[in-house]
Amino acid sequence: MALILDTLTEPVEVEEGVKVVPAANTIIMPIAKLASWGKRSSIWPVTFGLACCAIEMMATGASHYDLDRFGIIFRASPRQSDVMIIAGTVTKKMAPIIVNLYHQMAEPRYVIAMGSCACSGGVFNTYSTVQGVDSFLPVDVYIPGCPPRPEALLDGIIKFQELIKQEPYKQRKR
Amino acid sequence: MQSSDIVNLLKEKFSKEILCTVYFRGDCTIIIKRDKAKEILKFLKETPSLDFDYLIDVTGVDYMGARQPRFNVVYHLMSIKNANRIRVKVEVPEEDCWVETVSDLWATANWHERECFDMFGIEFKGHPDLRRILMPEDWEGYPLRKDYPVGSDLGDKEWKTFKDILQQTKERA
Repeated sequence: MALILDTLTEPVEVEEGVKVVPAANTIIMPIAKLASWGKRSSIWPVTFGLACCAIEMMATGASHYDLDRFGIIFRASPRQSDVMIIAGTVTKKMAPIIVNLYHQMAEPRYVIAMGSCACSGGVFNTYSTVQGVDSFLPVDVYIPGCPPRPEALLDGIIKFQELIKQEPYKQRKR
Repeated sequence: MQSSDIVNLLKEKFSKEILCTVYFRGDCTIIIKRDKAKEILKFLKETPSLDFDYLIDVTGVDYMGARQPRFNVVYHLMSIKNANRIRVKVEVPEEDCWVETVSDLWATANWHERECFDMFGIEFKGHPDLRRILMPEDWEGYPLRKDYPVGSDLGDKEWKTFKDILQQTKERA
């Protein structure tokens, strides 16, 4: 037998478009909202770092800054990942590998460019360095800094969650 | 043993091969001809009183437009026992661009010479495995040469794989 804690049978609007019927243990909401809530609350990035930004990303993931509290868990396989954090200098030699990883990710997939190198090439305008990962990948969030502090990465991730929240419910074509 | 003693010892044995010696802030550099470079390096390593058993680094320098011959290959040597250091520079012309390998004397030289080959296109004769070490194997050109493009945009010299990626991105957009 279901344990009914609340006897209220009228729907209560707890947020715009989200109604709860306490007596029926029911939530009424558009599928788009539900999907985006699930998406933004369980962002799984690829375990993938390129340079010093990756150290900062690891610090963000570790206990002091603790990415787990946002539902962010690094996955060791691109097949299980939603987002790729490009943390570091993108070299031309690395570019084919990054493209390969990106295409192995399941859709919808996102890219966060972390640090000046991933955003624009940074100080490295040289023969070996790609001038911004957006020259071959669609970047959703840019995080400046050299390297960005964990707070900046967290801010970028929160902006990214906001972006998912505002995204219309349809298949992303990339 | 002082560095001047080392130089004197070398001058005794290889008087014709040594072009000049430079002392600067306690560093001793000798510039030598290419033909007997390996013999001199072997002498530095195997003479018991010198005993340069540690090869710190092998690098190249491109003096394009500054002096002739165009390239130098620089060996930094150290004797751990005597705590001596010496820098040996070998002059290498642009055409006929080679030096003999020292990877059989110091195993360290293997990768250093590969790097030098990768960046400057200097051939190390007798090297057991002279391939590029940093750049992709099908990369064209030698990036640390002075006549190589400075910025990221290499134009026609761009690596083909990267060019293809940019092309594919353009087509997908």
